[in-house]
Amino acid sequence: MTVFEKSVAGRIGFRLPDSQIEEKNFDFATHLLRKKPLELPELSEPDVVRHYTYLAGRNYSVDKGFYPLGSCTMKYNPKINEYVATFDGFAEIHPYQPWEFTQGALELMYELKQSLCKITGMDEMTLQPAAGAHGEFVGMLIARAYHLSRGDTKRHLALVPDSAHGTNPASAAMAGFDVVELKSTQDGLVDLAELEKHLSDEVAVLMLTNPNTLGLFEKDIVKISQMVHNAGALLYYDGANLNAIMGKFRPGDMGFDIVHLNLHKTFSAPHGMGGPGSGPVGVKSFLAEFLPVPVIRKNAERYYPDFDMPKSIGRVRSFYGNFSVLVKAYAYILMMGKDGLTRASEMAVLNANYLRTLISRFLKIASPRRCMHEFVVDGSQFVKETNVKILDIAKRLLDYEVHAPTVYFPLIVHEDMMIEPTETENKESLEYFAHVLEKIVQEARFSPEIVKSAPHKTPVKRLDDVNATKKPVYRWKKQDVQ
Amino acid sequence: MYPFIPHTDEEIKQMLQTIGVKSIDDLYEDIPITVKELELPKGFDEFTALTFLKTLAGKNKIIEKKNIFMGAGIYAHYVPQVVKALASRPEFVTAYTPYQAEVSQGTLQALFEYQTMICELTGMDVANSSMYDGASALAEAILMAHRINGKRTFLISEAVHPEYVQTSKTYASAQRFVFKAIPLTHSGMTDLSALSQSIDEDSCAVVVQYPNFFGIVEDLKAIKEVIRDLVFIVVAEPFALSVLEPPATFGADIVVGDGQPLGIAMNYGGPTVGFFATLEKHVRKMPGRLVGETRDLEGKRGYVMILQTREQHIRREKATSNICTNHALMALTNAIFMSVLGPNGMRQVAQRSYSNAHYLAERFVQKGFELVFDGPFFNEFAIRVGDDYDRKWRKIFEEGVLAPLPLSWYFDKYKDCALACATEVNVKESIDDLVELLERGDL
Repeated sequence: MTVFEKSVAGRIGFRLPDSQIEEKNFDFATHLLRKKPLELPELSEPDVVRHYTYLAGRNYSVDKGFYPLGSCTMKYNPKINEYVATFDGFAEIHPYQPWEFTQGALELMYELKQSLCKITGMDEMTLQPAAGAHGEFVGMLIARAYHLSRGDTKRHLALVPDSAHGTNPASAAMAGFDVVELKSTQDGLVDLAELEKHLSDEVAVLMLTNPNTLGLFEKDIVKISQMVHNAGALLYYDGANLNAIMGKFRPGDMGFDIVHLNLHKTFSAPHGMGGPGSGPVGVKSFLAEFLPVPVIRKNAERYYPDFDMPKSIGRVRSFYGNFSVLVKAYAYILMMGKDGLTRASEMAVLNANYLRTLISRFLKIASPRRCMHEFVVDGSQFVKETNVKILDIAKRLLDYEVHAPTVYFPLIVHEDMMIEPTETENKESLEYFAHVLEKIVQEARFSPEIVKSAPHKTPVKRLDDVNATKKPVYRWKKQDVQ
Repeated sequence: MYPFIPHTDEEIKQMLQTIGVKSIDDLYEDIPITVKELELPKGFDEFTALTFLKTLAGKNKIIEKKNIFMGAGIYAHYVPQVVKALASRPEFVTAYTPYQAEVSQGTLQALFEYQTMICELTGMDVANSSMYDGASALAEAILMAHRINGKRTFLISEAVHPEYVQTSKTYASAQRFVFKAIPLTHSGMTDLSALSQSIDEDSCAVVVQYPNFFGIVEDLKAIKEVIRDLVFIVVAEPFALSVLEPPATFGADIVVGDGQPLGIAMNYGGPTVGFFATLEKHVRKMPGRLVGETRDLEGKRGYVMILQTREQHIRREKATSNICTNHALMALTNAIFMSVLGPNGMRQVAQRSYSNAHYLAERFVQKGFELVFDGPFFNEFAIRVGDDYDRKWRKIFEEGVLAPLPLSWYFDKYKDCALACATEVNVKESIDDLVELLERGDL
């Protein structure tokens, strides 16, 4: 039942304190006063608790079990992160308080930015972007501002590999670029001949995800960087897959000029059903003057937000960033330290390779190369043989109380599953997943109907998303009562 | 050992053996190793980390809520404990985007209910399941308006939040858009004749705020009569919407705003959440995720993400926006908060805020301060405070009071003015004290 159907007129879960100030009636023109009653649910506090506890019970979550969504880095979210973000000194401060009296918040942001610069090998950073895609957009606006500042006005092209996340081309387009899709090799790596063919004095940026979406490291990165820079373009690093390489490889050491990170992936801030995240953008010093305002700096006496940046791309959101997400990421970096972050990457790569080995015994892996933190299963042969779709496999996994991997992405592999276990899963959990997947593969061969009609044990059966889009119902309305 | 990483040495050995390599380093053989060791401290234990972070938090001065008289986009409201308790449940906090609908019905239903509540507040047909904040929601509304009629000039009232306008200009910086600022009358409302004169054949959309940045309630009906078929974008505040006629009634095409007042802590400005609502006829041009109702194989009601062909993961560079991660958890917080307050609680808070703000304004006037505008206001208003206000404002802060916002930060023409705010958290005593503090000559 929806919260609206649980409503009983007259109930309320809230009481205002008494006031010594006389209540005033609204003195607005009659046509501006609300006439249609506001139809929000009317509930007591326990009604509200029961409703949202009911909803919570209908969700899968990292705290519940394995969540191997490729490129999403669903690692465990430490409880200390959640606790510290609720400290009054972090949660109950207004963004327009005088900076002298928010020195702790500014220091935290400054130190976080310095730590992230050290992890990525970049020189300066903004913490403002609210999400990875927001960071990509900011990064691409910086690239645009850089070329224009040099009077280089014809660089209108952004090169994006066909294995990239959809946000890359979408962000590049929002930043005014015409997107050229680079055809990858079979492993999703950059094809140097293809790159050479497309590089010109009209290219502004090459956007790369490294390791790429097949979980493979771009082995020709030194060469790629040279080619891109010789053509006068910039090299952009999509940090979606940074979790593989902390303490090993820093994008800034290998020619990347702009980097965006996802604090809600690599740095353990929770995903919150889709957000809020945080997508800091790091740049090399020659691009620092284009960062969005304000940049958090430190002088002899104090930390302060610097608004005096005439070449800045401008403001990209209100206030300073998703501050409480920054607090969580900083707590994580403190807890992990240099040794822990490196260990996290190593164990993420170990887990992925271990699971890849187990799964390779009964399904085809898209690339024969050893993977980094994730890998892709190529299900096309399996689908042909069994007539069971990869989507069916994904749905059937839900019956065994594990979350499905990312399916049908990257686009360059057909009928694929992209699996990222992260470092926080234990060996038994990986073995259970491989075991279940193998069992489903057998089911698909010998009793396909049970897979095709999955899931069976979830709160609802398979949902009709085709009709949901054909005849969309955007909101609850009274006549919808069953 | 590391508390968040389970592997024992023995397990690592077994796993490496299964993979068929000798060491972890072998797994990194493709990679040019550029660092031996990160330049960071060693990891802390939890006790040390807590102490360290408590010290940092302690360097921020916390103002008692009753002494906060500043809004300007972030408002001090009371957040019931039940909202915090429910919104921090790990089943919500540690879930991902609901890609597997059958195990994400909690998320999807909560967002569907949130969308419904935003439709109720704004009067619009469709609301998406969240944007990052009010500023980016406005920026996306402007990009969407261009998709609606293909035109490029935007007429923006001077009484729209300056950070929202700055953000919109950044978002549109590669789009060859023209932004024209529309001045205000002495009432603090957008000047209709200036607006009317600014409209030409290149005009795409008009943006006003309701109530506006200076707290004045704009007459949306009169504005609509002037702008006719231009795209009408309204930035709105949710508590005000609980008592004001919704923008849809006056022909708004897109209504956006920030949901922070609805149960979200001030958080030094973020995360908040942007709400975004429009008419059904524009839905395919809309950014962001949408949740819709559907049925499962057995006919049971359920919820899924719909109209995904607008989005980046399918449409790539032709998507309506690049947004992927949104602010779902904050949208949930809004929905829980509105479920607790209901229509009557919302109205009570709105009325208390209104009464407190008007009492504060009266006290100011009694003490000889002048209101900058004479239009009807909701819970914020501008007063003339003199040229030296910024210094005084900092002094007052030291006394434990967050006084009205110095408008000199954003407007030369209002450099001797301040933007005051009151909500249900202020009380008679703290209001009287503020007025006295501002009156004092020695600060």
